[in-house]
Amino acid sequence: MAEIVLDHVTKRFPDGSLAVNDFNLDIADGEFVILVGPSGCGKSTTLNMIAGLEDITSGELRIGGRVVNNKSPKDRDIAMVFQSYALYPHMSVRQNMGFALKLAKTPPDVINQKVEEAARILDLIPYLDRKPANLSGGQRQRVAMGRAIVRDPAAFLMDEPLSNLDAKLRVQTRTEVSRLQRRLGTTMVYVTHDQTEALTLGDRVAVMRTGVVQQAASPKELYDRPVNLFVAGFIGSPAMNFLSGTLEEGLLRTSLGDFQLSDRIRQEVERSGTGRDVIVGLRPENFEDAALVSPDNRQYGITFRAKIDVYESLGSDVFVYFTRELGRGVNSAELEELAQDAGRADSAGAGETIAARLDAATSIGEGQDAELWVDARPMHIFDPASGRNLSLAGDDGGAISIQAPPDRTEAGEPQAAAPDAAGSGDVQAVPGQGDPPPAAT
Amino acid sequence: MAAVTTPRQKVGWGSANFVVIALALIPVLWMVSLSFKTPAAILDPSFIPASWTWGNYHQILSTSQFLRPLINSIGIGLIATLIAVVLASMAAYAVARLRFPGKSVLIGMALLIAIFPQIALVTPLFNIERSLGLFNTWPGLIIPYVAFGLPLGIYTLSAFFREIPWELEKAAKVDGATPFQAFIRVIAPLAAPGMVTTAILVFLACWNDFLFAISFTSTISSRTAPAAMEYFSGSSQFTVPTGPIAAAAVVITIPIIIFVLFFQRRIVAGLTSGAVKG
Repeated sequence: MAEIVLDHVTKRFPDGSLAVNDFNLDIADGEFVILVGPSGCGKSTTLNMIAGLEDITSGELRIGGRVVNNKSPKDRDIAMVFQSYALYPHMSVRQNMGFALKLAKTPPDVINQKVEEAARILDLIPYLDRKPANLSGGQRQRVAMGRAIVRDPAAFLMDEPLSNLDAKLRVQTRTEVSRLQRRLGTTMVYVTHDQTEALTLGDRVAVMRTGVVQQAASPKELYDRPVNLFVAGFIGSPAMNFLSGTLEEGLLRTSLGDFQLSDRIRQEVERSGTGRDVIVGLRPENFEDAALVSPDNRQYGITFRAKIDVYESLGSDVFVYFTRELGRGVNSAELEELAQDAGRADSAGAGETIAARLDAATSIGEGQDAELWVDARPMHIFDPASGRNLSLAGDDGGAISIQAPPDRTEAGEPQAAAPDAAGSGDVQAVPGQGDPPPAAT
Repeated sequence: MAAVTTPRQKVGWGSANFVVIALALIPVLWMVSLSFKTPAAILDPSFIPASWTWGNYHQILSTSQFLRPLINSIGIGLIATLIAVVLASMAAYAVARLRFPGKSVLIGMALLIAIFPQIALVTPLFNIERSLGLFNTWPGLIIPYVAFGLPLGIYTLSAFFREIPWELEKAAKVDGATPFQAFIRVIAPLAAPGMVTTAILVFLACWNDFLFAISFTSTISSRTAPAAMEYFSGSSQFTVPTGPIAAAAVVITIPIIIFVLFFQRRIVAGLTSGAVKG
């Protein structure tokens, strides 16, 4: 049991490439921290540096208060589960699990007792004398976990331990990993590229991109308050929809319609000096079938019409996809990288597909010209140049505040439904202007 | 390889195999046949001896002229093989796993030694060995055998080491192994098929060597079997000892056959299955 502190840790490979840049993270004792990011973001390198399998170019790594930069893996008291499991093929399950203890010169009866205890936890008793080659994928994965837990280490490091399991087993094992960590209460650092795994498992999630931590926060915080475009696009499935927007006379014009911005956001955008173009981020669940939105709520967003290209029902929810012209285009290195990671780098056509999650009660069908509503309150506004989330700036309390004071609405939508609670909204809907949808700017 | 399906293909492959095997085996069988012929029947062209005799075997195995070189062959071959495999496995591990300055030079030198014509080295080595007192001793043969066995060993073993998932070594390190323990307990057992293969190749090279054996020895105290056969004498000055030579050749072939048959399965069996996702 120990806390792990990464203090300005940097990794530069001999060929000069920077794999991890100035990584700072304090991992508390017993905390479950996830490193997540697309491939090549430096998350595995970071884990290998914690394990001692890669040298640290600069910075300091402390485990349990001790600086371990120059300690070899065996002196760090950490256990690691590898993506390929890395079981020793010439040893039985029992020998695999007891190998570390044997190297530590533990008496054989103690080894046996510990191995059997771990095997009981992981349901491996019947397989103790088999070789890894005669085990299924899930069993091998459990042996790899068992090899880690018999040692009772200061910390567990896991390098995509579930990525070789099939989908169903992965979900099941994910729960087991979570339960195991709670039960053992050992510090755990877990690397994955799967954001679902990251959000469901971690106490805290560090999102990495090109060797730099973008944001390290609780899963909810990452989802609700992403600090930049990359985090916003990476976390969430289906991903956040991004639209280009232009600020004109206090209005935010997008291909869905016009939104009115609060003074604070407007000032923030002006201060950022990026001009009038911004990127607007809306999550799929911010959309709804307009027919299902109560009149009270309509004013918090805008209504627009869209031709539904694809309709997918999941039973509990309905996903619909429609296309919007990109307008001037959402150009951002971060978005391009996200697209590449998702394998859709070359699918950029004239329009952007927007995913919307609707209530299962909707009567909208495929090919229909439907009326949709989008909630403007959780909208994010990003600076296209830096990717920074402008809607978070200077905002200390939660996500974008939700007020749409009636006196700020411009068009002639009935204002009777205005909420009584007053407040300064960051984003307001401009009802009536989004229908029919104007071409972006 | 595509599976043989049609009868035509079976016949085609079968006859091709038969031709190849016949070409390889007929000289060996001829040698066996000669070894069982009586001296008078040596020039008899019939393939199967008219009268069988153990005389040739009896003759070579009853004198130290062959037995002592046979022991030399076994001893020198085993020692040279052991040293070459141990050194080669360490060198090959370094070549396969580590980055170090001069790595390409090392590989280049190994290749250079492997392709160097050995006959060109006989004279200088002869002089060196004589001045060092190694001439006509076991080390006098073991050292050059190791030197020429190493490149072969490094090449084959580094190929085997490259096949072993690197994560196994990382896992061993995290489990608390020193680099040496990781090598001995995890990497080397997995590379065992490769080591056996290398050992067989190196041993064969030592066992079959004639050039160094005839050049660096002068008495049966260190002369190996292939060289000793050269010194067999017939019943008279004018008789070629064909029968005893054939018998000796059969005797020194048998260990090789046993060796290969015994280790064949280990060479083929891929021990690494199940190491990673499968």
